[in-house]
Amino acid sequence: MSQQTKGINIVSALKDTVIAGLLSLIIFGPVVGVLLDGYDFTFQGADVAFIVSIVMAGRFAISIFSQTEFGEAFLYRQATKDDGVVVTAPGYKSRMRFIIPIMIVVGLLVPFIASKYVLTVVILGLIYVLLGLGLNIVVGLAGLLDLGFVGFYAIGAYGLALGYENLGLGFWSMLPLAAIMAAVAGAILGFPVLRMHGDYLAIVTLGFGEIIRLVLTNWTSFTHGPNGISAPLPTLFGLEFKRRSREGTPFHEFFGLPYDSAYKYIFIYLILLLVVLAVLYIKHRLTRMPIGRAWEALREDEIACRSLGLNHVLVKLSAFMLGASTGGLAGVFFATYQGFVNPSSFTFFESALILAIVVLGGMGSTIGVVIAAFVLTVLPEMLREFADYRVLMFGILMVVMMVWKPRGLVRVTRTGFATRKGSAK
Amino acid sequence: MSQENILEVKNLVMHFGGIKALNDVTFDIKRGSVSALIGPNGAGKTTVFNCLTGFYKATGGSIMLHAGGKSTSVVKVLGQKFSAADFTSPVRLIERIKYKMFGGSHLVNRAGLARTFQNIRLFKEMSVVENLLVAQHMLANRSMVSGILNTASFKKAEEEALQRAFYWLEVVHLTEFSNRLAGELSYGQQRRLEIARAMCTNPEIICLDEPAAGLNPSETEALASMIRVLRDNHNTTVLLIEHDMGMVMNISDYIVVLDHGEVIAKGGPDDIKTNPKVIAAYLGAEEGEEVSL
Ligand SMILES: Nc1ncnc2c1ncn2[C@@H]1O[C@H](COP(=O)(O)OP(=O)(O)OP(=O)(O)O)[C@@H](O)[C@H]1O
Ligand SMILES: [Mg+2]
Repeated sequence: MSQQTKGINIVSALKDTVIAGLLSLIIFGPVVGVLLDGYDFTFQGADVAFIVSIVMAGRFAISIFSQTEFGEAFLYRQATKDDGVVVTAPGYKSRMRFIIPIMIVVGLLVPFIASKYVLTVVILGLIYVLLGLGLNIVVGLAGLLDLGFVGFYAIGAYGLALGYENLGLGFWSMLPLAAIMAAVAGAILGFPVLRMHGDYLAIVTLGFGEIIRLVLTNWTSFTHGPNGISAPLPTLFGLEFKRRSREGTPFHEFFGLPYDSAYKYIFIYLILLLVVLAVLYIKHRLTRMPIGRAWEALREDEIACRSLGLNHVLVKLSAFMLGASTGGLAGVFFATYQGFVNPSSFTFFESALILAIVVLGGMGSTIGVVIAAFVLTVLPEMLREFADYRVLMFGILMVVMMVWKPRGLVRVTRTGFATRKGSAK
Repeated sequence: MSQENILEVKNLVMHFGGIKALNDVTFDIKRGSVSALIGPNGAGKTTVFNCLTGFYKATGGSIMLHAGGKSTSVVKVLGQKFSAADFTSPVRLIERIKYKMFGGSHLVNRAGLARTFQNIRLFKEMSVVENLLVAQHMLANRSMVSGILNTASFKKAEEEALQRAFYWLEVVHLTEFSNRLAGELSYGQQRRLEIARAMCTNPEIICLDEPAAGLNPSETEALASMIRVLRDNHNTTVLLIEHDMGMVMNISDYIVVLDHGEVIAKGGPDDIKTNPKVIAAYLGAEEGEEVSL
């Protein structure tokens, strides 16, 4: 950095602006400017000019800002910030611990204070928390890039719907069964592939997710294809949550209450909350167990793991299966919450969304994943007016995160151990 | 186990496509000895280690490891191709399929052979203690249920693992760094941690690939005495690759010299020091020329 040109260099800022303008012209010109009209098209020059001028103004502002003293200091801080893993002191207790009971109490109160609409949004958020936690085991802890996680989600959802239709199995029997089915699917998929290196796994899982979706779409005799299939609601000791029940009394009649469709959401919400809390606890324990440490070690260095007697295929497989079964659980909740499933819920975009939750939350961080899951699912619901710009906002959020916190929202901490005397046995 | 040799390598051959990294390497390692594998750069020393530890599947030859009360064929546990004879004996066939599906270098470690790497391979974003805990995976209580419920027996097993980890930290003088990330340690400390980690798997023989590379003289001195401790106090056989001749001659009972994938000499330090072939290989001199090592 030379001393005398400390001032603002307008020319270089203008150069940046023109380049950005040309690039945005290339991108937005055909996308926004050309409006198809039958076999014809009209050219919408004004829209393109508007968008391009916004981009140019933004680029100019950024160029100028990064040349000011404040901007330079900001960039320097971004470039040199230490955002790595830290080890806590032995016996360290987080000051934020009191948050946990508060969150549980708030969680239990939500269905009784929130409106039905808010409740359904929160349920969706929790389903994504479950998905995020499942994928976090696979991607965050074990370091296996899984691009077809939605496949396991679909197995859970269709497991409930098809199990009910063909075998008469209800929510409660399908909940564990779906988890097992997804885990078995994970094992069958994983065993041959997990011997290979990372990139192959990403491609194979990507294919797996698409295959599941295509099977669901095209095997119409079994899955009813794109028309979808209805899924049952959970029951409370045999009491149903419908207005009228074919066998037995429904829930509201049993308790002498007027019918209200909110009851079923409250019930689903409470079960889901319990399952999420259980999964959170299990995940917390796993990172302090030999298997969880083995996953992380495998992410760090597979060859070293093998030299220490760890069977890398089986260790990876256990992470893959556990993640898959969590995805299966989420699928069951999704199906029962919607009352209906069809293949369009299980596209690649869904897999990408779950992966974004894990990456935004911070690889391997549990709290980060919970926050990210809510941000990425609840926020779009709240901002319905901007629904068209959802993917755009998504992209902006990703870029901002990459600059601001490249390792995710919450930085990963490792538990320290108190020094012991040490003895060899 | 009464067998005198812990490791027997016979006619080991390793080819990478057209490159003949090892041609017919044969040597034995005595139980309880400190042995060294030396040779000029590119002689094939690391390749021998990779074959011994199962990271490379040897093109030919046999490697027998006599540890843990049994004899293990390293080539076999990696999973071999089916041969016609397998189909006549169901027992052999099942064994072959088992090793094909679940075999691999981890079985070599479980059979009692641990190693370190020339380019250090620690779990850099995990703490020093955790590195040692991962190494004890096979000794730990791996039951999912007792781990999740955090039962008394699980806590006891974890405490034992921690005790063992801190014991080894003490041996390699890293106790005060126990809660640091492994990647933050200095080079010499990382090398020592890697040795401690290998020792946590309770091996009978440990293979060290250039443990003194990048260490200063006093650190090298400390390393040499540590290697003696491993042998004398833990009954561990040590096989090391090293370029530091002072250290090799000082601590080894037995030396194997490799050049261009062939064993050119083996014997005690005094024999090796005066062996004209070795001197020639190291200094690139013509055989018979007078050079001192
Ligand atoms: N995976 C591989 N693929 C192809 N060639 C290899 C491979 N590994 C080793 N080689 C070749 O085998 C030869 C021996 O290499 P090796 O690493 O065993 O040498 P070394 O004795 O350990 O040398 P150094 O003292 O430098 O560590 C070299 O020519 C190397 O290029
Ligand atoms: Mg080498």
